[in-house]
Amino acid sequence: MLETIAQHPIASALIALIGLALVFGALLGYAAVRFKVEGDPLVEQIDTLLPQTQCGQCGYPGCKPYAQAIANGDAINKCPPGGQTTINELAALLDVEAPTLDEEHGEESDIPTVAFIREDECIGCTKCIQACPMDAILGAAKQMHTVIADECTGCDLCVEPCPVDCIDMIPVASGIRQWSWELPAASHKQVANLIATDSGRGHTQRNTSDAS
Amino acid sequence: MTQLIKVWDISGGIHPPENKAQSLLEPLATLAIPPQLVLPLNQHIGAPAKVLVEVGQQVLGGQLLAEADGVFSAHVHAPTSGTVTAITDHVVPHPSGMTDTCIILDTDGEDRWLALDEAPNYQDIDKTALLERVRAAGITGLGGAGFPTAVKLNPRANQTIDTLIINGTECEPYITADDILMQNRAQEVIAGTQILSTLLGNPSRVVIGIEDNKPAAIATMRDAAAGTTIEVVSFPTKYPSGGEKQLIQILTGQEVPAGQIPASIGIVCQNVGTTAAVYRAVRFGEPLVKRITTVVGEALERQRNIEVLLGTPIEFILEQHGYSEKKASRLVMGGPMMGFSLPDTSVPLIKTTNCILAPSRKELPPPEPAQACIRCGMCAEACPADLLPQQLFWYAQSEDLEKLEAHNLFDCIECGACSFVCPSHIPLVQYYRAAKGEIRQHRSDKEKSDRSRRRFEFRQERIDKEEAEKEAKRLARKKAAELAKKKLAEQKAAAPATEQNAPAAQPATTAADDDKQRAKLERLLAAAQDSLKQAQKPQDDATEEQLEKQQARIKQAELKLAAARDKLAALAPASTVPPAASKPVADDPVSAAIERAKAKMAMAPEEKLRTTLESLYKRLTKAEQKAREAREQASDNAEALEQGVAKLKEKIASNQKELSELAPTSVAEPTPRNSATPEAEVNVANDAASQAIEKAKARAAAMGTMSVADKLRNQVESLEARLEKSQARLLKAQADNDANLDAFKTGVEKLEVKLAATREQLAEHNE
Repeated sequence: MLETIAQHPIASALIALIGLALVFGALLGYAAVRFKVEGDPLVEQIDTLLPQTQCGQCGYPGCKPYAQAIANGDAINKCPPGGQTTINELAALLDVEAPTLDEEHGEESDIPTVAFIREDECIGCTKCIQACPMDAILGAAKQMHTVIADECTGCDLCVEPCPVDCIDMIPVASGIRQWSWELPAASHKQVANLIATDSGRGHTQRNTSDAS
Repeated sequence: MTQLIKVWDISGGIHPPENKAQSLLEPLATLAIPPQLVLPLNQHIGAPAKVLVEVGQQVLGGQLLAEADGVFSAHVHAPTSGTVTAITDHVVPHPSGMTDTCIILDTDGEDRWLALDEAPNYQDIDKTALLERVRAAGITGLGGAGFPTAVKLNPRANQTIDTLIINGTECEPYITADDILMQNRAQEVIAGTQILSTLLGNPSRVVIGIEDNKPAAIATMRDAAAGTTIEVVSFPTKYPSGGEKQLIQILTGQEVPAGQIPASIGIVCQNVGTTAAVYRAVRFGEPLVKRITTVVGEALERQRNIEVLLGTPIEFILEQHGYSEKKASRLVMGGPMMGFSLPDTSVPLIKTTNCILAPSRKELPPPEPAQACIRCGMCAEACPADLLPQQLFWYAQSEDLEKLEAHNLFDCIECGACSFVCPSHIPLVQYYRAAKGEIRQHRSDKEKSDRSRRRFEFRQERIDKEEAEKEAKRLARKKAAELAKKKLAEQKAAAPATEQNAPAAQPATTAADDDKQRAKLERLLAAAQDSLKQAQKPQDDATEEQLEKQQARIKQAELKLAAARDKLAALAPASTVPPAASKPVADDPVSAAIERAKAKMAMAPEEKLRTTLESLYKRLTKAEQKAREAREQASDNAEALEQGVAKLKEKIASNQKELSELAPTSVAEPTPRNSATPEAEVNVANDAASQAIEKAKARAAAMGTMSVADKLRNQVESLEARLEKSQARLLKAQADNDANLDAFKTGVEKLEVKLAATREQLAEHNE
């Protein structure tokens, strides 16, 4: 055995390598089948970052399709409900520069809204129920409809189909229990030249160095 | 001995000016009842209480105004007697400066109280009843956060409490409320501590922790605690050692794990004020309706500690202490480190208000403008929670929530030590509070978006299911329709198939084709015959001319009749040829059928009908026989055959009818002739015209049965005869000089023309 190897060093090395390649190839192939990941994990990750309003402002029929589109290379700044926060998160996930929101798809609104049906004007046509991606509207044909405010994502999709225009988007009540502290205004930028003698100093120094 | 108790140190911490002396110069005072009390429903952490009273209702002191809504909530009682004048939104002490629901109580000054449920032998009361008394009194933590005390005193079953800590630290500058309480009511605090100890299952260690800047309080507490197992521990003054987690670390050396409560390491911590309130609630049944508050600041003429009713408007308190709005830089509720500015002096004092600070500008100047962080690291040194404030500040600025959480932002107790030491005057705590709020918001958004996703996915699933069901139904319907179609086609196919299979049926098929054609042509023939009949009707006052016209009409009818017959003869073979071509096997029967049809064409309509009938009868008998055979063999085609039989019978019936209709006319034909004859004899007996008419009629009647050539020949003959007669008559008329001479002349001319035409026709036909 050893003699054969010694006599045919190149052949035996080749055989050994091919053998190893076959063994590991088989192992990898098995692993690929055995531990196959269902679906695209990236799409799932992107989908969890999206706000799930299913509003379609991005041009896709829901958040999941947009997640799919992003995974396929679409821009990440098409989601007005998510706003800059979502864009930043997506940028961090995909390791790209965070762009600003594409205004073409709508503006980020600071105040979240919910749909509100003026119930005495509702004719019970069920059109808004069919339009609601959240099943957040209750009602039946020829019966008054109403919005479950807690489930409403404020996607606007019910406003358009209403034949009597009885749906308003009203801002979510922001009472004392929803209140939280605000970031202080970045005032230190305004007082950059707090010390009077500091003003223009950098400028002068630069000038001096230029002269020298 | 007590001095030998080991205390630990906390990392960080600061030593701000204490400013505690000024409020301790005067003894504890009790403030008068204000004319109006404002009682917010949410003076604690948790759900707001539910209102139990109505507007206009008279209430007594100690009466329950609003009850706890769930476990994490607390009762609100009437601090004194009076009338509920409104339940409305009112500005409440909150950093937001927002309004919340409050009960407005107009006091009557009589301070009438409900009979309180006193319990002199409270030591004998069992734990559950004790806890219920604490809960019923609406006691919440009086130290700052306002956590419902009953909840804190009822640890989970798996948590054994081995240490009870009573917090008398009061590390925040200016505040001396707990100090004065301990100095004045040490016995109440000790008694309360014993009650808490009982409630928590008599922990092995009960400690009252007091900073060493309150020697008077320490002394009185030690005296009161003498003879009990309660330790009174003093430790060096340092801000913020009064924080719950910091105090636990100082007294036990243990740290509360991040994101957990002290009970998870077997420790419960209560404020001294709360402890005293628990005693009063258990011993006297007194609800929490008043508290001790420090009123301090250089903008006030009088600085002291007061015992004041909850709901007392701050402006009422300030009035009593000579508040000068001009002097004050701002109005703070709580201490200078952790308190918040009040937007309005109409806000009421609530359960958590331990201090009202009205500092002058000199005392507490407005915050200096913040400058850039110079990364000096002083904040990290000052932080009692061992966090990295500058990093947190950095991430808070860039709203990097993930990094903030990774740097344990939620371990920040918002003590303000970092802001205090910051040389750039950055309001660091405000950044952390904002970031915390944002993270909480983000979490709730996340939760909502997850729920939305689930709902959306569920909806999608439901719609897909509905679609699938609809599709399945549609497919089922389609299948059923196809099946029905197939069955119908099979039935249809089965009928001709049997006819084809049985050779005897083949003539029937071709015959059926023939029948159709024949029926059509026969209809045509019948119509022609009808018009002929019409033309042949005799007319009484018929002049020569009219007769001529009549003749012409008859001729036309005859021509039409002939044309119809020609067509019939021409079509008969054509109609029978295609089936013959398609079915070579059936060649013989088909040709036979053609023969028969041709023969039929030559026949008179009556005869034709009769032959049709005969053939139909024959076919009927055959069909019936076949049907019978099929039935005997229980063949599938029996029905089809029977249908065929029924159809044949129908056809026979219609033919018979036609025949019977035709028969009377052919019989009746002579009748008008007979009736016309006498007339003619009477009217124009000597006129040759009547004879001509007769002859024409007879000929016309006969002509129906003649071939075209014969007919034409007959016509020619009759025309020649008529012409001769007419010419003879014309001659006679000329001789008699008749008045009708002209008419005779035209008649002769016309006859000549007609004769020529007929001759031509005949010549053509012969060709």
